[in-house]
Amino acid sequence: MTDFLDAVVLLTNFVLVPGVTYGSQLALGALGVTLIYGILRFANFAHGDMMAFGAMVVIFMTWWLQSLGVSIAPLPVALVALPVGIVAAIAMSLATDRLVYRFYRRSKAPSVIYILTSIGVMFVMNGIVRFIIGPDDQRFTDGARFIITARGFKEATGLHEGLAIKLTQALTVLITLIVVVALFRFLQKSRTGKAMRAYSDNEDLALLSGVSPERVVFFAWLIAAALATIAGSLYGLDKSFKPFTYFQLLLPIFASAIVGGIGQPLGAVVGGFIIAFSEVTITYAYKKFLRYLLPDSWAPESLVQFLSTDYKFAISFVILVVVLLVRPTGIYGGRSS
Amino acid sequence: MSFLIGDNMTGGYGAADILHDCTIAVELGEVVVIVGPNGAGKSTAMKAIFGMLDLRGGAVRLDGDDITKLSPQERVRRGMGFVPQTQNIFTSMTVRENLEMGAYLRTDDYSDTMAQVFELFPILKEKSRQIAGELSGGQRQQVAVARALMMEPRVLMLDEPTAGVSPIVMDELFDRILEVRDSGVAVLMVEQNASQALAIADRGYVLVTGENRFSDSGQALLDDAEVRRSFLGG
Repeated sequence: MTDFLDAVVLLTNFVLVPGVTYGSQLALGALGVTLIYGILRFANFAHGDMMAFGAMVVIFMTWWLQSLGVSIAPLPVALVALPVGIVAAIAMSLATDRLVYRFYRRSKAPSVIYILTSIGVMFVMNGIVRFIIGPDDQRFTDGARFIITARGFKEATGLHEGLAIKLTQALTVLITLIVVVALFRFLQKSRTGKAMRAYSDNEDLALLSGVSPERVVFFAWLIAAALATIAGSLYGLDKSFKPFTYFQLLLPIFASAIVGGIGQPLGAVVGGFIIAFSEVTITYAYKKFLRYLLPDSWAPESLVQFLSTDYKFAISFVILVVVLLVRPTGIYGGRSS
Repeated sequence: MSFLIGDNMTGGYGAADILHDCTIAVELGEVVVIVGPNGAGKSTAMKAIFGMLDLRGGAVRLDGDDITKLSPQERVRRGMGFVPQTQNIFTSMTVRENLEMGAYLRTDDYSDTMAQVFELFPILKEKSRQIAGELSGGQRQQVAVARALMMEPRVLMLDEPTAGVSPIVMDELFDRILEVRDSGVAVLMVEQNASQALAIADRGYVLVTGENRFSDSGQALLDDAEVRRSFLGG
């Protein structure tokens, strides 16, 4: 019996907890991408670097607060800094829209022009972030590290396997939950939220109904920038902040949005968890897990790992390709173009 | 002086004009139907009246005011409702949300209007929580008309409201449109089902290559031998 429990704890510790955390981060990122796609109708390649930009501002603010001796232990100070980062990212997004995208919107450019433009914005944003904070790893986590430690768990339960839950993981899931619920309530209930859904659904009819496109676009950037900063900061808190990783995150984030059905907020959340769990379950080595469950003579010699973690991005890529081939509109029937 | 008039309208989408001195007028409490062969500029005339097309000549006047330069949104504010031929509902939103979007510009309490619209289209009340994209073709057309009615327009413009619906549904839709007219609204519509539409119309216009060919009461047009032979199929 304890072998079985050990196996469950092992899987929870190395698959479930990291999967839920990573899934939350992807879901927040994918929501921003899907929202911009729904309203402005292009895949925003600059979203990953917007996450990095927002997180960077949060880091500077955190360092400044830390230097003043501010502490909200056991919670990380970054939570206090988060609103500042959100405001900065919103300002950056709106400025980009004003300086770059609005020109193409007025000239009714095809969406491929927007995509290429967003790649340009991505490089600029990427450059800005590296220029200011540098390309290296930055740590800004403080406060308590764990809410459940492996040792504490072992002592409390008497099992061989420990379960560790980091405070940042718990915070990631909690904040994601709050943000997603708030966002869905906004989209479902509020007048502006309904106008955004209407505009995303049928632009011409929304215009005939009196929806102002500039207002809808404004709110789309506002929400996307806030989501990007929250996602970027949570990812940075949980792992570490390195500008390049946010560029790499773009692939799983796009895969999440597309798997769920691009333009569909619920799809982005579901897609985020699908991608996260695919990555974690496929790159996990099941050797120890099987040892607990199988008789000794059957115990595997190899690691029983389907793919090395070095290839984790290939998983998003394969899922993305398969979805685009088999069901291009994704689970919740988003747009296919 | 008509309540709404597109007076001597000339214009098109590009260099070539589609409308040539075309005049369409409608009074409050009247159904006016525009019929004509394919490519006659019927829908274009509607779009021109609603401001979705720049006119090179002529004017559009609503209740005596020149509204030629106003945007479609401005015209909605002035009491004009437009039901496009296709993509005329928000398919991912519920029936009720579609109606709410119809009333988007209203800042007053529109629950009375919603109740009236539900009275006119009882099936929509039943299905108010359903996603509009899941409804049948006839029900979707009802949603489309209902959405436009939420602004309590004085003019309701319909671009082929019965396209793609069964004859039974068409009759019912026409009945509803007559009820709207009886409440004092000016109704202007383009119809492919010309004889049925003329039968319920107070007046009709026959357009050919963007020009007025005939205009008379609906019944007179139906009885006119030449109109019958040329446009109504005998």
